[in-house]
Amino acid sequence: MTDQQITFKARQIRREALNMIHHSTGGHPGGALSIADILAELYFRELRVDPAVPRWSERDRFILSKGHGCAALYAALGLKGYFDTSEFTRFRRLDGLLQGHPSVSIPGIDAPSGSLGMGLSQGLGMALGGRFAKRDFRSYVVLGDGDMQEGNTWEAIMAGGHHRVASLCAILDANGLQADGQVVDIMDYGPLAAKIEAFRWQVCEIDGHDINSIAQALEKARNCCDRPTFIVARTVKGKGVSFMENQPQWHGTVQISADVLERALSEIAA
Amino acid sequence: MREGFGRALVALGRSRDDFFLFDADVAGGTGAKPFVTAFPERTMQFGIAEQNMIAAAAGFADTGLIPVVAGFAAFTIMRAHEQLRTAVCYGQRNVKICCSHLGVDTGPDGATAQMLEDLATCRVIPGLKVMVPACANEIQVMFEAVLNDPGPVYMRIGRSPSPVLYEDPGPIIIGQADILSDGNDLTLVACGTRVATALQAAEVLAQEGITARVVNMRCIKPLDTAMIERCCRETGALVTVEDHSLFGGLGGAVAETVVQTCPVPMEIVAVKDRFGCSGEHPELFQAFGIDPEAVVKASRRVLSRKPST
Repeated sequence: MTDQQITFKARQIRREALNMIHHSTGGHPGGALSIADILAELYFRELRVDPAVPRWSERDRFILSKGHGCAALYAALGLKGYFDTSEFTRFRRLDGLLQGHPSVSIPGIDAPSGSLGMGLSQGLGMALGGRFAKRDFRSYVVLGDGDMQEGNTWEAIMAGGHHRVASLCAILDANGLQADGQVVDIMDYGPLAAKIEAFRWQVCEIDGHDINSIAQALEKARNCCDRPTFIVARTVKGKGVSFMENQPQWHGTVQISADVLERALSEIAA
Repeated sequence: MREGFGRALVALGRSRDDFFLFDADVAGGTGAKPFVTAFPERTMQFGIAEQNMIAAAAGFADTGLIPVVAGFAAFTIMRAHEQLRTAVCYGQRNVKICCSHLGVDTGPDGATAQMLEDLATCRVIPGLKVMVPACANEIQVMFEAVLNDPGPVYMRIGRSPSPVLYEDPGPIIIGQADILSDGNDLTLVACGTRVATALQAAEVLAQEGITARVVNMRCIKPLDTAMIERCCRETGALVTVEDHSLFGGLGGAVAETVVQTCPVPMEIVAVKDRFGCSGEHPELFQAFGIDPEAVVKASRRVLSRKPST
């Protein structure tokens, strides 16, 4: 796929994520919109996966550690063909497949999340398992700013560097906002690159909405043989919908009315 | 007990290559050291970072290999409890957790390491099985059954030496208890180190003309409810004994079955609502009211409540 086609997929992911939340009693639109470009690049160009065999043993693994952004992940999985897109209208409902946070009961979901801080460790475990099982799959974990406040994440960073787990790639959706406000006000984790490099990771800082930059960083990760890679993707919470951008009130859990949906979709060209 | 665990790890490590040891720098304390020495290439070191270790075990299991996490219970089960619940159990991962340092059996290290809450916190997690060996000779057979089970299992192994209860325990089936000695007047249901205690109590009771059945409840979850119901019907009174809190452990689990199947008088011998403390384990068993004398007294109480026939 070309960069342009990936950009189109990202727009589709944004539209379907907002639609999904509109059909539900609520969801987390801000943090879903901020990861749409990263997910589009991963699912439509980077990951070695087969939607017909979700548990294929040789597949690349993907974990959304910031599980609350799952509307975007479900959109990517549905568009990829893991399940029928009619499920999009039953998000967070008893009669639907798509749980309020990722569950392994959903085809394409490799790990449960929704409690921050556990995703990177699970990705690390998958990568170590791949090493021992002599398989060449890669493990990708998308984290949120909140993940960086959990001690468990730093334990995983320490272990990933120590064990030189080169098949592990973390991508931080650094949108700078969390549930109740700005990360710098609530709990500032400070400059990241130097800290994570000190734990013996390769670190790349990119614009998380620039498809070409995302692709280049993932390639750099793939080509690094002696250490894991941490991509700090600078993003905008609510990206693509002007009235949601950088507004913590769209973190969640919020409802999207028909009127709001119409205004939002009008800003995201199909 | 921990030496038994080390022997079992090495013996089974030689006969099968599908499991790996996850260690948080406590292999010397858990008894896993002989495996680390014999199979360094099958040992993953996580340092003192148990939350990462348990969540990583969940991910590791995704490849079909079996992670065996060995640690001190308080730091493994308690500290990483959410990782155990969400990453391992909700994630449907085949992870085995094998712990030492349980109850006041832990001894001089004191309350911090004396995990008295693990049976309660583990048996409420959906899908997690809970096994408790009573004798070092049970460990290898039990561990093999645990490895053959496709889902997450917690093995509450313990630390201190235990008397030999079985030369050969025979096959161990998850979910089945074992009658160690028969009796008609009441049943003593015990787990772990307290099985030997129940046998000692039964001997004292025998001198008073009371015959007590002793059941080794080696599987706390799934619980052998058929065995409990049968003992209720056949002996009419129950006493449970465990090196664990009074709340939610073996006694709680057994009581849940008793009241719903065949209510009979029952006493629970366990650690009252308090933390442990330092001391040698035999004196701690006495101080915390979980020694043979406590079981004998509870047996007399339960018999006094038993309806006369």
